[in-house]
Amino acid sequence: MSAPSGGYSASTSIVVDDVTKSFTLRYHRTLKQMAVAAAKGRDISGKFNALDHVSFTVEQGESIGLMGLNGSGKSTLLKLINGVMRPDTGTVLTRGRIAGLIATGAGFHPQLTGRENVFLNAAVLGMSEAETQRKFDSIVEFADIGRFLDSPVGHYSSGMFARLGFAVAIHVDSDIFLADEVLAVGDKPFKQKCLQKMQEIRDSGRTLFYVSHAAGSVRKMCDRVIVLEQGRLAFDGGVDEGIRFVKYDEPEKGAGDELGTEDTDDELGSDI
Amino acid sequence: MTEAGRLHVVDAPLSPPSPSAGLLEVFRRRYLLRMLVRREVSARYQGSFLGLMWSYINPLSQLFIFWFVMGKIIGRSTEMFAVHVFCGLIVVQFFIETFNAGTRSIVRNRSLVQKMAMPREMFPVASMLVSLYHMGPQLVILTFIVVLTGWTPDPVYLLGFLLALAIIAALGTSLALVFSVANVFLRDVSSFVSILTNFVRFAVPMIYPYSLVDQRFGSFAQYYLFNPIADAVLLVQQAFWVGSTKDPAAIHAQHIPDHLYAYGFLALGIALVMLVIAQAIFRRFENRIPEQL
Repeated sequence: MSAPSGGYSASTSIVVDDVTKSFTLRYHRTLKQMAVAAAKGRDISGKFNALDHVSFTVEQGESIGLMGLNGSGKSTLLKLINGVMRPDTGTVLTRGRIAGLIATGAGFHPQLTGRENVFLNAAVLGMSEAETQRKFDSIVEFADIGRFLDSPVGHYSSGMFARLGFAVAIHVDSDIFLADEVLAVGDKPFKQKCLQKMQEIRDSGRTLFYVSHAAGSVRKMCDRVIVLEQGRLAFDGGVDEGIRFVKYDEPEKGAGDELGTEDTDDELGSDI
Repeated sequence: MTEAGRLHVVDAPLSPPSPSAGLLEVFRRRYLLRMLVRREVSARYQGSFLGLMWSYINPLSQLFIFWFVMGKIIGRSTEMFAVHVFCGLIVVQFFIETFNAGTRSIVRNRSLVQKMAMPREMFPVASMLVSLYHMGPQLVILTFIVVLTGWTPDPVYLLGFLLALAIIAALGTSLALVFSVANVFLRDVSSFVSILTNFVRFAVPMIYPYSLVDQRFGSFAQYYLFNPIADAVLLVQQAFWVGSTKDPAAIHAQHIPDHLYAYGFLALGIALVMLVIAQAIFRRFENRIPEQL
């Protein structure tokens, strides 16, 4: 909240300047547990830095792949950029409207119908009534849930639920688009459709911020990679170097499981 | 792709992405607020056979209990006692529902709070509006009953009714703001609040007339009137109950305290100051909400 936009060019899209965010961990929830811990001389709570003096700037139209192991602070960083959280110290600045695939289906009410939820969700994502009405047909077409549109979303399959949420999110006119790994559900044709849509978003010059473990899709989607390691900025640069960096650093953990190997290239987006 | 990328020019300043205008921001995003309120209202009776009828059945049953137990068994002699109680019930219900539902609102909407950048004041305010909406059917019942008994509306008294609503809305929202954020840190708070609200029914002239307070406490009765909820109840009774009795002028002189409007505006002032303080407290702790949920 200190320095306004001074010192940044007119095309700067995201500024993260010396940002630290720490969380308090409460080890005990009830009075009894706390009393026992205090009597035994154990810590009742502790602090850890989810983000530790992270700085970078993003220009409008760049597409960034954010990588790192689980717990390295990716989601926290995304929440700071999204505005859900505020940094403890440092500054986060953004230019323009933010949308993304981190809140798909947020605010969906299981007892309301798909149609009602589309309007609700669109309002949550910052759309006006007129804007929602204008895009409604396109949203429904993208979600492809057919006649289930007028039945309560509580009866939807998880795939349908995710599709509807995704369809709304992707129709928000945004200048910055954030994507977390939310497409774990959904079948292959739908994933293809989503990736295509995200490529459209990128090609239209909107800033893309993409969190992924899949080297293949990062290589396809992004032109810059940022790697976080235990809350610190470990790497910021080209895509190939970034992917190599992630792997070299944690060879025994990284090879097989979550980081995804090169052959995910044809399985594009299998785990976004 | 970067060539195409440079074409997208954003005409907006660099600014912090998190909303910072508090309650003002809530009213700037009225459309979302309306959607949240509508969600609560329409989800409430979805799948129930009688649906909206329950909004009428519930207050009617309460009215019947108070009328029967207090009026018939205990035998209070106050004229039109059922209407007297019902006026109090409407106000108390509005307050209690705002306070209770508002306190739980942020925890209940945690999926939204954790993911979306929106002013979190939205949720307690939406709870207040939902409670206000639920008051509608009760008001319809009340008006129906008093019209049957020959009530003629008095514009000044009806303005007093609006004043009462404003008092409860501001007071309820301010308490809901503070306790909703407290409930995020300690879930015990919502249990504590529901106990606290149990007292409200007896702290207002609902099951007893104000004249009784005046009789028992004498000059101390004026302190009773510093209770904003009691003022609101009296204002509503003045608007609906007094006019439904046989001799309104005498009833007004006997049961409605002097300078009620002065107390009413004082209560509204206090409630508004509380709202400002509540907003400041909310702002102070709001940053820690997402991680505590």
